[in-house]
Amino acid sequence: MPEIVVLSGKGGTGKTSIVGSLAALAKGKVLADCDVDAADLHLLLKPKVKQENEFWSGQVAQIDEEKCTECGLCQELCRFNAIKDYKVDPIACEGCGFCSHICPEEAITMPENMSGHWFVSDTRYGPLVHARLGIAQENSGKLVAQVRQEARRIAEEKGLDYIISDGPPGIGCPVISSLSGASLALMVTEPTLSGIHDLERVLGVSRHFGVPAMVAINKYDLNEENSRRIEDYCKDQGIKLAAKIPFDNAVTEAIVRGLPVVEYSDGAVSREIEGLWEVISR
Amino acid sequence: MIISIASGKGGTGKTLVATSLALALKDSHKVRLLDGDVEEPNDHVFLKPNISGSQPVFIPVPKIDEAKCTRCGKCAEVCAYNAIAVLGEHVLTFPELCHGCGACSYLCPEKAITEENRQTGVVEWGDAEGIDFVQGRLTVGEAMAPPAIRKVKELGDSDGINIIDSPPGTSCPVVTAIEGSDFCLLVTEPTPFGLSDLVLAVETVRQLGIACGVVLNRAGVGDNSVEDYCRKENIPVLLTIPLETEIARLYSKGITLVEGMSEWKERFVGLYEKIKEIVDARNRSLKR
Repeated sequence: MPEIVVLSGKGGTGKTSIVGSLAALAKGKVLADCDVDAADLHLLLKPKVKQENEFWSGQVAQIDEEKCTECGLCQELCRFNAIKDYKVDPIACEGCGFCSHICPEEAITMPENMSGHWFVSDTRYGPLVHARLGIAQENSGKLVAQVRQEARRIAEEKGLDYIISDGPPGIGCPVISSLSGASLALMVTEPTLSGIHDLERVLGVSRHFGVPAMVAINKYDLNEENSRRIEDYCKDQGIKLAAKIPFDNAVTEAIVRGLPVVEYSDGAVSREIEGLWEVISR
Repeated sequence: MIISIASGKGGTGKTLVATSLALALKDSHKVRLLDGDVEEPNDHVFLKPNISGSQPVFIPVPKIDEAKCTRCGKCAEVCAYNAIAVLGEHVLTFPELCHGCGACSYLCPEKAITEENRQTGVVEWGDAEGIDFVQGRLTVGEAMAPPAIRKVKELGDSDGINIIDSPPGTSCPVVTAIEGSDFCLLVTEPTPFGLSDLVLAVETVRQLGIACGVVLNRAGVGDNSVEDYCRKENIPVLLTIPLETEIARLYSKGITLVEGMSEWKERFVGLYEKIKEIVDARNRSLKR
């Protein structure tokens, strides 16, 4: 079953607006919000949560003050500077457990950490799997993997045709977790020098993990010279350019009204996104 | 003084604010700009620094001496990241999963594990027209950004003004970038997306005990919900940047706001003065 993940490298290029519109256009799909750090897709899809699950992942060291003799070995060996004055800084702790293994008094335990929630919801566009990583938590990649696994389960159970997921910005852990094993990465970029720089890096990641990629230029008319550079680059790399979406305030207006732009406006932006869906769903 | 620039949502203008703030202050202060968005560093696109030095970012990963190893399995048992597995007569390591904690090598009863460096990125430094410039770059295909971010921050200046450009989001890379700052500037836009992610960013900085203020970018389109929220939460909106074609056009060409539109220099100096006032007042009240 095809799984399309929307990425960008640079943040704020329009991933969520595009995924929201694809949600309205595509038939027979499950949606997944893999931006577990700063999820926004729910603001467009208005989900009714059917199922809420705790996400337990990783551990944080805990020192039993009664047992601790303040020998200082844990502080000396912790490479993450997470123990100061015989107290654990839970934010700095990486959960490696080294301290718990070496404490001569066995005063350190590693309780499991509840680091977020994930949800299965209904929307008027179909099922949505989304999540909320706790503030300042680690393991976003594992939570993304959980979201994708549930989306796939639902798609198989209901015999759906597509999984469409909204990815996080960047190129690190949650991006790799969103991307690996997907059928297609749609890279949404903008014609700015920083957009191009970031696009090249995220295309490097999809190449590294062997996932085919296509590119959509958002707000292409903001700088047509840069848009041509992106087109040339794609041609050169053998990457299909799937859409050139013009700038239009209607995109922001649609966000303010909590609607996918294709349902808010029938202007050029919507037509181009319809064409985009034709291309990537083939 | 350490000022970090963050935002929950990506693409709200962190780089625009970080670069223009650095340029506005460089004539009157010693300024160091640290680009901690090591996944997608963009400050160099605008400041075009002359890079004069660099250092690899390493994670120490285990190397197993098969001759000494008795396949006892202790290393696999203590590794919290499943980066070592003992399968029959073989010990397999998965370096890309290793966080470099050092537990396996320390706890191996046979002293059969040493550590070797695996490169995951690079930090670079140089000069950008009088601004001390530092940036980190995560190697494409690598997952873990925090070690490179920590390395960038090690190159901060103990005096002068340090401006740290943070990655977007609210999880470990952001926390690594902004913790220890005197002030965190949160850049957002006046839309429901901007608000939703600002609320998360505010929770993050509050959890870290860092003072914060907001820069509202692309004002004019959207709604008033961000301003209403800031008023309610008592968070100062320190600078408002309007949605203007000329600003977007300059940005697209990699030209900073203060260089493209000189009237902005004074506004960014004013932004710094407001930050300094808040930080000074906070320090005074902490001393009491």
